[in-house]
Amino acid sequence: MTEWESIAALAEKVRSGELKAVDLVERSLQAIEAAEEYKAIIAVTADRARERAQAIDADPKGRLAGVPFIAKDNFLVFGAETTAASNILKGFEAPYQSTAIEKLEAEGAICVAKANLDAFAHGSSTENSDFFTTKNPVDPTRVPGGSSGGSAAAAALGLAPFALGTDTGGSIRLPASFTGTVGYKPTYGLVSRSGVVAMASSLDVIGPLTRTVADAALVLDVMAGKDELDSTTIDRAEQGYLVEAADLRGKKIGIIKEYMGEGLQPGVKAQIEQAAQKMQQAGAELVEISLPSLPLALAVYYIICPAEVSSNLSRYDGQRYGYSFPDAHNLDESYMASREHGFGKEAKRRIMTGTYVLSSGYYDAYYKKAQTVRTKLINEFSEAFGNVDFLLGPTAPEVAFKIGENAADPLKMYLTDIMTVAVNLAGVPAISIPCGTSENLPVGLQLIAPQRADRDLLAAAAAAEEVLA
Amino acid sequence: MLRFTTGMKQEGSAILGVMAKLTRDDVLHLAQLARISLSDDEIEEFSEELSAILQYVEQLSDVDVSELRPTNQVTGLTNVMREDVVKDYGYAPHDLLHNVPDVQDNQLKVKRMIG
Repeated sequence: MTEWESIAALAEKVRSGELKAVDLVERSLQAIEAAEEYKAIIAVTADRARERAQAIDADPKGRLAGVPFIAKDNFLVFGAETTAASNILKGFEAPYQSTAIEKLEAEGAICVAKANLDAFAHGSSTENSDFFTTKNPVDPTRVPGGSSGGSAAAAALGLAPFALGTDTGGSIRLPASFTGTVGYKPTYGLVSRSGVVAMASSLDVIGPLTRTVADAALVLDVMAGKDELDSTTIDRAEQGYLVEAADLRGKKIGIIKEYMGEGLQPGVKAQIEQAAQKMQQAGAELVEISLPSLPLALAVYYIICPAEVSSNLSRYDGQRYGYSFPDAHNLDESYMASREHGFGKEAKRRIMTGTYVLSSGYYDAYYKKAQTVRTKLINEFSEAFGNVDFLLGPTAPEVAFKIGENAADPLKMYLTDIMTVAVNLAGVPAISIPCGTSENLPVGLQLIAPQRADRDLLAAAAAAEEVLA
Repeated sequence: MLRFTTGMKQEGSAILGVMAKLTRDDVLHLAQLARISLSDDEIEEFSEELSAILQYVEQLSDVDVSELRPTNQVTGLTNVMREDVVKDYGYAPHDLLHNVPDVQDNQLKVKRMIG
């Protein structure tokens, strides 16, 4: 494992000339090569990274000067293909870069590689990648979680000081939990998604995977804010997102009753309870709180998500970019065959489910009903945040599972997301931070805050990180 | 309590008379709507798997939401407008078209639509 100083310290040393960006890039590329067996990485952007590093060393500036990072392969990035780990996008070279990457580069950060994911971010383990499965650095017989499993493994292995992920139903927090890293899911709309392969647009967000809360806050601070290329973006907080650890005294934290019951592994439960007690000892007031509709969240999610997926994936039609079936006789055959051969099993499963719930006669019963139960869930979050500052619970009901264990049963795989999807449905921010181990495998503590309270959440998470250390 | 079993409800007709199990024809119809060809094995698999997923989500049918409206935009944004002006992002047509499978005179070339 490669250890790095804090991102702020690295950038400071590059700016002062004490460290060279070219050396940091080489260090990162060597770490990637040395950790090949974990299969976290789809492609390196070595040539472009080295060029950028030289340019930065000639004039070192920026809040992330010379700091290497790794992007999930659903970000449009120059210097390598953007595949979203799917066969249908193999060979796709980004004609422009995502806004998030542009903002990071503007502050001197350097993308060195693209990380593996479940194809199109559909999954909880990276086993749905059309290319290969990433191994968990803590135990290579286990999955790293997903869909940002390559990014989480990269952060855990120290392949770079930070990695980027996307989170539609838990895809940043779950792999952070499984790999013992920090995963931050911002308020919906806080980070522009322009230039990121769309999955389910009413749920998708972008966020960092790091080793510390402070690193996550700095990366978020650089990426956050309105973007004319993504009309769903919201204003950043005036004070930004660089925070000191909060004083937990007087903070009211609600332990989510529905997340602490049946189905939670005892070892995970014990760690979460212990973490809550430590926060209480640091002055936080703990209360149990119930959001009665939480058990419905996964059903809501598995209507809304595939519906939006089926719509977003309709653009992969074999005509505009990506794989095109060579022997079609007419346009319709070209669509049908290109999509048959280009999409993997899970993408097809979601397209089919989504098409069903949106189809004539079923739209009201499924999609509209799900969007209405979503309102109910949002109201319960609002009510809860009328009583407490933060919500607390596990990120996942279990520790990392074995590679292959859930692969044969899609519904069982979907259940992995049972404690993360509600956050996306409500658009609220959440973070997963390491919280001890169970069976020698990392446990993730999830903290949730109201919409736009990202700054407070990061400060509370930094405090939790201190008391858990 | 969270439901962790995958076998949710067995009776599957709560939502507008939806069938408990999708037939082969249902799957083929959906595949046609989604413009995606499926192998025989996939048709069989999806008829089982989609039925299981639909049975799982059927738990929503019992939820009373008569007082509520659907949420489409979660942060409350409405009608986000911008000035209707052309902005040059500096991309040449070639840059934007180089991923297209078949291009002629800067235009996408597709197979014939009929026949």
